Amino acid sequence: MTEAVIETERLTRRLAGEVTVTLVENASLAVHQGEFVAITGASGSGKSSLLYLLGLLDRPTSGRIWLRGDETSTLEEDALAGLRLAEVGFVFQFHFLLPEFSALENVMLPMQRLGRSPQPEIAARATELLGSLGLAGEAKKLPRQLSGGQSQRVAIARALANDPLLILADEPTGNLDTAASANVQRILMDLAHHYDRAVVVVTHDRDFAAAADHVIVMSDGRIRGE
Amino acid sequence: MIGLAPGIALKHLLARRRQSFVSLSGIVLGVAFFLAVSSLMQGSENDFIRRLVDNSPHITIQDEFRNPRLQPVELLYPSGAIEVRRVKPLTETRGIRGYVQILEGLRTQQTLRASPVLAGQALVSFAGKDIAVSLNGMIPAEVNDVSTIQNYMIAGSVDALTVNPDGIILGDALARKLSLALGENVTVTAPTGEVHTFKILGLFHTGRADYDNTQTFADLKRVQALLKRLNRANTIIMKIDDPHRAHALADGIERRFGYKSISWQEANEDLMSTLTTRNIIMYTVVSAVLIVAAFGIYNVISTVVLEKQRDIAILKSMGFRARDIRRIFLIQGVLLGFAGSALGLPFGAGLMLALMQIRLKFPGSSDPVPLPIDWNWPQFAIAAAFAMGAALCASLLPARKAASVQPVDILRGAQ
Repeated sequence: MTEAVIETERLTRRLAGEVTVTLVENASLAVHQGEFVAITGASGSGKSSLLYLLGLLDRPTSGRIWLRGDETSTLEEDALAGLRLAEVGFVFQFHFLLPEFSALENVMLPMQRLGRSPQPEIAARATELLGSLGLAGEAKKLPRQLSGGQSQRVAIARALANDPLLILADEPTGNLDTAASANVQRILMDLAHHYDRAVVVVTHDRDFAAAADHVIVMSDGRIRGE
Repeated sequence: MIGLAPGIALKHLLARRRQSFVSLSGIVLGVAFFLAVSSLMQGSENDFIRRLVDNSPHITIQDEFRNPRLQPVELLYPSGAIEVRRVKPLTETRGIRGYVQILEGLRTQQTLRASPVLAGQALVSFAGKDIAVSLNGMIPAEVNDVSTIQNYMIAGSVDALTVNPDGIILGDALARKLSLALGENVTVTAPTGEVHTFKILGLFHTGRADYDNTQTFADLKRVQALLKRLNRANTIIMKIDDPHRAHALADGIERRFGYKSISWQEANEDLMSTLTTRNIIMYTVVSAVLIVAAFGIYNVISTVVLEKQRDIAILKSMGFRARDIRRIFLIQGVLLGFAGSALGLPFGAGLMLALMQIRLKFPGSSDPVPLPIDWNWPQFAIAAAFAMGAALCASLLPARKAASVQPVDILRGAQ
């Protein structure tokens, strides 16, 4: 087995307040390159909270996270942002594209922020990504001019922009019709199996979860089974 | 190609054009009024100081002492415990003793031009009318070096006094009052009782009614004779190449010759401090306009931050740092400030041109004069810098708020 892209050990996340709320408790898992992992569970079971922890968007109350073998718990916010930029791609239930930017510009944003390539190369890669997801003709359109499925595919292209090893998707098909949902599902599975990415998907869809290499079932913030 | 942060900032502003336009209008008006008012105030200050510097001596040595003169015993024992009581100064003719030698000493400096003046009161009489005037005795050949009176001559010239020492130069207002004209004779009576008839060789018009009504100029020797103060001058007036050095130079002259030497700055200290107070009031008032405009910018950027919480969360999830987000919203303020300045400065210049068309007749001035406007670049730079500063300050708080957005809180709420 290859080295885990992301690995956690006894990960716990609590929200302090008058009543402390435990979002995730003692979650230990590892996701490897080329692996497609689905996280399922009832609403409020802590699936999305675990995903945010895996994506370094949130900090654990206790426990540790390794990204490609490097411990991230002690890193500063800027360093975490840098890791998110280069190593992690997010896809959300609602596409969350920036409304003032065209599909192409949305995909270019992470690459521009990373700043490793000149502008023409960034535009060419964004065009190529959109083309590979069947959106060649939609590049100049604004998000409001795209269908739900098209928007979600633009969001996937954006997540792939900096060629990250880890793709995290939070209910990516939750807002799509059956055909669009199947298309997005196929793309995400291809990313794991043909493009060697580690893909973690939070989903309620049993068929989608059943197609995964591993299924993590969560309940009350705990991992109940795999 | 503009950068990433400016690009996002610009898109945010263009997405809400109406709000952006309203806040931009505030800045444009603020900059324009700031520029117009400050250039008017600065122009009037410059004009005032220029007139002051041009029309009055840069340094004047007077026939008096700033402090009582030290007694010989005090000079002999400077650190001794000496008290001299009931000192009565010698009675002597008023005036600067040895003014010729003082002038020779002063003239060793290349940057300085000096000339003696004996001023006293006199009565000018003609056709049964007597008017009290100030009679200034001066050396005609030197007067143009230390005075601008030649610039105000409307008939005759100062140089004519060199040819005819029995001539006199009057203000046109005084001549009109006495129904006198160039070339006519006038009788001048001194307080000593001496009477002399002068021929009018020149008329001047400065525009300052008081000056044109009361000042007269004649040859120094004639005035010394008329006032019975032979070989005396009661002031030495000086012009220097750099008027701003007058204060330091006057100090040195006073230390060297003992007589009270006052610079134009010291002579007008009260006016200068009034100008400072006036500037503080002016900048406070015009700044208030821009501060109000800055609230408009604060309002529009705060609204953008509130509306864009989800986008901020997405940008952060993509890997944008807090400082990248802060920069985006600060740039919005800078863009509004920059655009406001770029449009406000030409608008302000238009207002300045309009103000220049207004001509007013000020008290003490005989002619209507245009409002003095300062067109120098610092006025434009100050207005633009103030607008940029106000815009940047207005965007600071919303930008900080945007940078502190926790993406997880927003994403969780958006599910």
